[in-house]
Amino acid sequence: MRVLAAMSGGVDSAVAAALAVEAGHEVVGVHMALSRNRDQFRTGSRGCCSIEDAGDARRAADVLGIPYYVWDLSERFEETVVADFLSEYEAGRTPNPCVRCNEHIKFEALLDKATALGFDAVATGHYARVVTREAPDGTVARELHRSPNAEKDQSYVLAVMGPDRLRRAIFPLGGFASKAEVRAEAERRGLSVSAKPDSYDICFVADGDTRGFLRSRLESRPGEVVDTDGNVVGDHDGAYAFTVGQRKGLGLGRPAPDGRARYVVDVRTETNTVVVGPVELLSVDRIAGTGAVWFTEPGDGWADAEVQVRAHGAPVPAQVRATAPAASDDGTPGLEIRLPQRPLRGVAAGQSAVVYRGTQVLGQATVSRAWRAEPVRA
Amino acid sequence: MTTRPPETGAYLDHAATTPMSSAALEAFVAEAGRTGNASSLHSAGRAARRAVEESREAVAAALGARPSEVVFTAGGTESDNLAIKGIFWGRRRTDPRRTRVLVSAVEHHAVLDPAFWLAGHAGAEIVLLPVDAEGRLDLEALRAELAAHANEVALVSVMWANNEVGTLQPVREVVRLAHQHGVPVHTDAVQAVGQVPVDFASSGVDALTLSGHKLGGPVGVGALLARRDLPLEAVLHGGGQERGVRSGTLDVPAIRALAAAVVDAVEQREERAAATAALRDELVAGVRRVVPQAVLRGPDPTAPADPASSGTPARLPANAHFTFPGAEGDSLLYLLDSAGVQASTGSACQAGVPQPSHVLLAMGVPEAEARGALRFSLGRTSTRSDVERLVEVLPQVVRRAQAAGLASPRAMTGGAA
Repeated sequence: MRVLAAMSGGVDSAVAAALAVEAGHEVVGVHMALSRNRDQFRTGSRGCCSIEDAGDARRAADVLGIPYYVWDLSERFEETVVADFLSEYEAGRTPNPCVRCNEHIKFEALLDKATALGFDAVATGHYARVVTREAPDGTVARELHRSPNAEKDQSYVLAVMGPDRLRRAIFPLGGFASKAEVRAEAERRGLSVSAKPDSYDICFVADGDTRGFLRSRLESRPGEVVDTDGNVVGDHDGAYAFTVGQRKGLGLGRPAPDGRARYVVDVRTETNTVVVGPVELLSVDRIAGTGAVWFTEPGDGWADAEVQVRAHGAPVPAQVRATAPAASDDGTPGLEIRLPQRPLRGVAAGQSAVVYRGTQVLGQATVSRAWRAEPVRA
Repeated sequence: MTTRPPETGAYLDHAATTPMSSAALEAFVAEAGRTGNASSLHSAGRAARRAVEESREAVAAALGARPSEVVFTAGGTESDNLAIKGIFWGRRRTDPRRTRVLVSAVEHHAVLDPAFWLAGHAGAEIVLLPVDAEGRLDLEALRAELAAHANEVALVSVMWANNEVGTLQPVREVVRLAHQHGVPVHTDAVQAVGQVPVDFASSGVDALTLSGHKLGGPVGVGALLARRDLPLEAVLHGGGQERGVRSGTLDVPAIRALAAAVVDAVEQREERAAATAALRDELVAGVRRVVPQAVLRGPDPTAPADPASSGTPARLPANAHFTFPGAEGDSLLYLLDSAGVQASTGSACQAGVPQPSHVLLAMGVPEAEARGALRFSLGRTSTRSDVERLVEVLPQVVRRAQAAGLASPRAMTGGAA
């Protein structure tokens, strides 16, 4: 196959490219330039967007003996991932930019361009497994599964790509149980990125200061912090910078009358108000999602599965149901989730809810609402 | 001893770098086997010095300069930096009002970046002189600028020939206008030497940049031809070599090889330019035949620069440059490379990202069209089969690249963002 290896300059994608080469594919390395103004993105070795990273990717491609190119996807990145990040926060929601990047950049802009240029597949350094299963009728289905490396598993941020795109994706690191193994593979091949530190933060947010980034891109909008009875307990520079479930950085001068910790329980951007309350109010057992994408539809009615709402969160037992576009919150295919056994805490609109059955990803949707079937009194 | 273009496929990127001439390679290897610092006073040093001075005389003779006007450097970028910064500082020292630096909008980054560096660090004001749709300097704009600010101008820098679209600039007229106001002129002739007649003295310019590896010499060596009466401050300070404006132990093998290459390039110029131009014309015709929507950028290859200039063409003989509507340069490059044809977008890269060319934008080419640019540049080793290979693979390459462009909304929306 002709395979385009997306090379960020990190160790994972370098080893993924190496494995694609060793599997006998004809591999071309491509580094995506995502920053419009390179100075805005942090430099150093922790991101995926610096000039050093492009150089590291080039060097890895040299070592592997494959052609290497840089593709400028910075405009697409700004128009999709960064714009979505800003507008979601502005709307009081909590986006996951890595999910949007996989949706719009890696497995859309990059994959579509690669396909048009004659590539059969795109290989990335994601930790997730693709399992091919032949049905009795002879059709072959590709399933997305969790990585055996639970700590690194990235199936959560990949679920958005859907089955059509999965057919043209390769995850050579899918079988690796630990990062140490990947680093050893890099070292064995003489890839100098073997000891490069992992990146964790959002690549376009310098210093990991999300609130500072939002404030630099959205104007300051002073407003009030209120408790659940409507009493003003503090003020803020913009409700958009808060997220449901947040406890730190509320800047409330006085403790609550009952002395208990207070959390953001609602972000009301229409009135520019942040509502704080006790932890119980964060518990939800009903979630509605939009923009649902399914690898395997759960079938009619409620189906047993597990749901995960955060990249590094634990899955919880759930009942899920696919709903028709007409019945969803925004006219896209919908997802309804019930959590009869164990509620989840701090589910914010905008997060991805990924539906699993065991290690297999069934599908995902973006949370539009989360609530409690029986309201609790605070 | 022979040199070859890169092994694989058709190499159509001689303007990026071109194989060393046999004479240059032989001189390089022979000299690399000897020991001697040209600044040393003993016999080994004298032998090295002699090789340098013979090289200086050879370069000067080939380019219509005096030996004392030849300053050896480590290449075109260094020569441009020395000219822009050195003349700026030299002029400002005697007259602090002279802070304006006039450069054409289509200069190479080796001229633009030191100029803008001076703006950021030394109080310079940069005036970008506009060009017409073929990339040729607007002399009226220069005339007006000089008339309005003659007493504030430190220098003018206008390249001899453009590296992307091959446009020959009216250097002689630039000199005439600038000298009326006593303003010195630098020209970056990196792409011109060995391609078109270049005579330092009769051109009238005060400083001229040339680079070894663009004309059959090694990478890492070049020269600045500079008149002795030109105020020129040093950029590199140290041992005081090269009349104190360019310190550093002289690279004797590289300098000898540069001289051999310059002599060879100038001696063979007329014959080679005729052959190259004929091949280039075949390339242009072939590209137009197989991809009719391709747009040739830069001057018509068949048009003379001006009737007075004894047959000097309007465009470098080895240069062809096209934009391909709906295709992006990086897709075209990748597809051509994988089909065994090596070309260039012609524009500067930032970390390997092809940027829309400032040259094309200055010529008024819309950004979306500028993104689909390819430069083909021929050289001594180019053959008809190189051109045939390009013409054979190009239709499929352009179709694919256009399809990839459609997969990317930027091309569809015309680059608006």
